[in-house]
This record gives sequence, C-alpha cells and structure tokens, in this order.
Amino acid sequence: MGAGWASSTSGKIMNLLDLLHSLVFDHTVRTVALGTATLGIVSGVLGSFAVLRKQSLLGDALSHAALPGVAIAYMLTQSKSPIVLMLGAGAAGILAILLLINITRQTRLKEDSVLGIVLSVFFGFGLLLLTFLQRNPDARQAGLNTFLFGQAATLLTRDVMAMAIFGGLAVLLVIVFWKEFKLLSFDREFGASLGLPMPRIDILLTTLLVVAVVIGLQAVGVVLMSAMLVAPGAAARQWTNHLGRMTLLSALFGAIAGVSGALLSSLGTGLSTGPVIVLCISVIVLISLILAPNRGLLWNYLRQWRNRGRLRTEAVLENFYLMSSQHDDPSHPHAVTALEAVSGAGNVRRSLEELQRRGLATPHSGNTWSLTAEGVRAAQARLQPALKDQP
Amino acid sequence: MDTKQLAVQVADLTVAYQEKPVLWDVDLDVPQGVLMAIVGPNGAGKTTMLKAILGLLTPAAGHVSIFGKPYQQQRGLVGYVPQRGSVDWDFPTSVLDVVMMGNYGKLGWLRRPGAADRKAALSALEKVGMADYADRQISQLSGGQQQRTFLARALMQDAQVYFMDEPFQGVDATTERAIVDLLKELRAQGKTVLAVHHDLQTVPEYFDWVLLLNVRRIASGPVNEVFTDENLRSAYGGRVGFLNKRQDHESA
Repeated sequence: MGAGWASSTSGKIMNLLDLLHSLVFDHTVRTVALGTATLGIVSGVLGSFAVLRKQSLLGDALSHAALPGVAIAYMLTQSKSPIVLMLGAGAAGILAILLLINITRQTRLKEDSVLGIVLSVFFGFGLLLLTFLQRNPDARQAGLNTFLFGQAATLLTRDVMAMAIFGGLAVLLVIVFWKEFKLLSFDREFGASLGLPMPRIDILLTTLLVVAVVIGLQAVGVVLMSAMLVAPGAAARQWTNHLGRMTLLSALFGAIAGVSGALLSSLGTGLSTGPVIVLCISVIVLISLILAPNRGLLWNYLRQWRNRGRLRTEAVLENFYLMSSQHDDPSHPHAVTALEAVSGAGNVRRSLEELQRRGLATPHSGNTWSLTAEGVRAAQARLQPALKDQP
Repeated sequence: MDTKQLAVQVADLTVAYQEKPVLWDVDLDVPQGVLMAIVGPNGAGKTTMLKAILGLLTPAAGHVSIFGKPYQQQRGLVGYVPQRGSVDWDFPTSVLDVVMMGNYGKLGWLRRPGAADRKAALSALEKVGMADYADRQISQLSGGQQQRTFLARALMQDAQVYFMDEPFQGVDATTERAIVDLLKELRAQGKTVLAVHHDLQTVPEYFDWVLLLNVRRIASGPVNEVFTDENLRSAYGGRVGFLNKRQDHESA
C-alpha cells in the first residue's frame, strides 16, 4: 500500500474511497468496523463514568486482570469461541474486583497500591499461562496472543454478535440506572443517606466496566484497553457540561476511533489494531484538550491574554489620569515614554490605541497623547472608590 | 409542636476507627422543633456523629431513632446537607439537577424526575435565593452558592429532621444571612435541625439548643442552660480564646 499512499494526492483520495467502498461492500471490513464501533460505543459510555469517578486506574487493572481469564477459559474448554473466552475474561475481571474490595477493606493499604498489586499479579499470571500455551500448536492457532495488543482483523461475525449483545445489555443497564449512576458518581454519601444501596450500585457499574473491557479485549488488547476507557470520556468532558451529552459524545468519539483504527490497520500494514485505535482516540483527545471552548488550552490562553490586555488598558488609563491631574489642565498631552515609565513593562501603545477606540484618549504630534473629557470622567469613576478610602 | 416529642434519640453511640474510639457512648435526646448546634474541638467526632446517625458508617455500638422508630424505617423523614467540600464541583451537571437529586430516594427505581420535580426544585432554589442560578453549571458557583445549592437539595427532601455538616463553613455574609433565615423558617414549621457548627460566637444567636461534644457528650440542652463557661472548658480543654473574650466583654 506504501506506493499508493506515496505516489500522489489523487492516489490518496482513491485509497480513501476504496476504504469507504470496502466499509460498505466488503463483508470482512464491515464486520471488523461494526465490531470496533461497538467496542468504542460501550467503552465510551462506561468510560465517561470511570473518568468522572477518577477511576482510570481501575480500568487498567480490570483489563490486565482479564488476561489469565482468557487463557484459563481456553485451557478448560479447548474452545476459542468468543463467548467462552469473553466469559473467562469477565470472570477474571469480577474476581479482581472482589479481591480489590476485600483487600482494601481488610488491610490498611491505599486503594491505588491495591490496584497496582492486583494488576501486576493477574497480568503476570496471564502472561505465564500464555507463554505456556504457545508451546501448544493448537493454542497458537487459536490466536490467544492477539489478546495482548488486539487484532481486529480476526473478528468474525459471531464475535461481533457476542460483542453487540453484551455491549447492548451494558448500555441498556446504564440507561435504566442512569440517575443512580449519576448520584453514585457525584455524591455517593448523599445517595446512601437517601437509603439507596450505594455499594450494590457501585458493584453494578463496575461490573459493566468489566463488560466494556471484555468486549474490547480481542480488538484492542489488554495492554491498551484502559486507554479506550479513559480517552473518549476525557475528550468528551472538554466539550460539554452536561452528563448526558458528555456520555453520548464519548460514545461517538469511541466509535469514530474504533472504526478509523480498524480501517487503517486493515490496509494490510500488519499493524495491530489496538495501537492504531488508541492513536486515533489520542488525536481526538489532543484536539479536544487544545481546541474545546471554555476548557481548551487555546481558549484559556486567549482568555488570559484578553484579561491581561484589559487590565493593562485600565492601569494605563488610571496612571494617565494621575499624571494629568498634576497639571491644571487634565487634557495636557503626555509623551508615551513617560507613560511607559509609570506603567512599567508591557505594550502601553496598544493600550492607548484601545483607549482611543473607546474615545477616551487622543494622539497628538510628537508621540504624545492626552485624555479626552470622556477619558477623565472614566478614570475618575474608576478611581473614585480608591480615592474615597484614603483618609 | 403541640407536644415536645423527641425528634432524634441517640443511645450509646460508639464509633471507632481501627482501635481508636472517635465517639464514646454518646446519648442524645433532641426534641422536635429545635435548632441544635453541635460544637466541639477538631477531632471531637462531630462529623463522625452525623455520619453514624445517618448510617453512612457503621458504629461499633449504639441505636438511633427518629420520632420513636428505628432510623432505617424513618429515612424519608431525614434530610442531609454534607460538607460542601465532599464532592467534585467540576462534575458536569447543573444547579437544578443537583437539587433534584434530593428527590431520588422517593422517586424509586426506573423513574426519572419529571415536571413536578422540576417545579419543586425551583421553589427550593427560590427559598435559598438561588432561583436565577438554576441552569448554571455547578463549577461556576462561589462557595456560598454551592452551600445554598446543597441546602436547596435538602429542602427538596421535604424532611422533618435535617442534619447539616458545617453549613456556615467559609460562606459569604449574604449566604450566612440566607442560612440563618432558612433555619428560623424551618423551626417555625416545626422542623428539627442538627448542625455541626464552628463559630462559638454565633451559637446563642443562631441556635436554641446545643450539644458540646469531645468524643464523649459533655453536655446538651437549651443554649441558655448548657452553653456555660464550665461546659465549654471541659469540651475544649484550656484552648478557648472565645471564653476569655467573653469574660473581657462582661467585665467591661
């Protein structure tokens, strides 16, 4: 494909059209894209809650913990049916949650240490089993090691069906328990004071997080799955202050990343799908962090710059007035350099031009400026409270 | 308020974190229709006591009843205002939405808040002077506005007994006034309020009953009977700057 991309722009466009064409008409590509879209939606929805509850590390632990579950399910059944492997992964995930809860409750270890312990023990054990299984040619054929970095190309219709059923159920439960999950995420203790069974609601939401992990494993892999849980929600949070819209947007971002990642890696580059999908969602996160209105970095920078400019303009106006009031005639012209000396560093000229635009100051020949009558009044109004405070 | 029925009755309440007791054998009777301040030095167990009463942490021993019945049966009669700092105010939601959470307990499973709940939430916001902020994103609120949002959420619970954890903590003068007015209104309606309070100066002005707590119950009852120098000294040890000021004031 390298030649096609490099040759010319038209070649690139042809390639893109081919890609879209195969998305609609090629059965394999369509299946893969449907699968990764499903995983993007489900992890986007559940990930929103994980982000808001500051549980990014939990997703990481749960996805790593799923690996031994996959290996053991295969060893017990010799089946590579997606349902069997998913159930294995899910069981390991739930076991990990139970361990997490109990270790945190019974010891004085902090929750993040416990997460680290569970993550590494489960993942290490999973790798051990995987290495052991690699000696067995049947297992190699089963493609268990795709669970490490993900390989969406291996998704079959039955895999996608299983993903859609589990994922659909998870999303449905989020809709059903929407207000309980919102309360859990915002103010758990208040929920408990209302008599709602918050620990059980917590376990339900965490179990659904396990479902999201399980769905993503085959396509994204255990190593990068946590990124799929955190990134869409983090990106979506940038664009909205409404929980429902954030969750929808997060699902949309997840789906876009899933589909584009699957398509890019299906170009025959031999790239694992997981990393490509994660790169796609990272681009979305980057754009969101920089460009989102109100919360974006660019926006913040602009706001600071504007504030600084406004404050400087007001400081120049005040200083100008204080200088002028030492003369009998308040509209006495002053040199820009004198104002610069009083106002300190900064672009005094730009502030003066801003004052001119507002009709508060006028330029004179010889690089001097004076306040207009309007400007004198504005400065007096600004300084009045400060002047009054003086004894 | 025809009879002075006991709104809250706490017996033998004991809470320990690991081995260290935080609350030791506290008994408390609170009649209906009083505003009770819970005061005591840092680490006296004030917040712990509220949480233990509300079942948010499991006491080592003790029993709580509300209007004569076990707390678990009377949850619907109880409202709660947690410490303002206990939640993330950057959560993506609006003021009105937070206030409507006060009704989640009564809505039941599967039901969403509807138009009637919206109306009730708006009127609760009006009572705390926050009606104009209903659609505001909560991260844009000042500390006092956050506190009033939490109070409106508790009003939404339409409770008989309110437990408030430091409602006056770090609020502006407007909010302080609004809370005082609200407390008086609640009392006029025969409701009972227990509030953790830090400013000893304002206890006699804002409250009519007081509990002095320092792991054990030092004293409780009407302010004019139990809010004495002697009780304050035994609750706070020697560290009561407030007492010295009060004495200066009296001698002057």
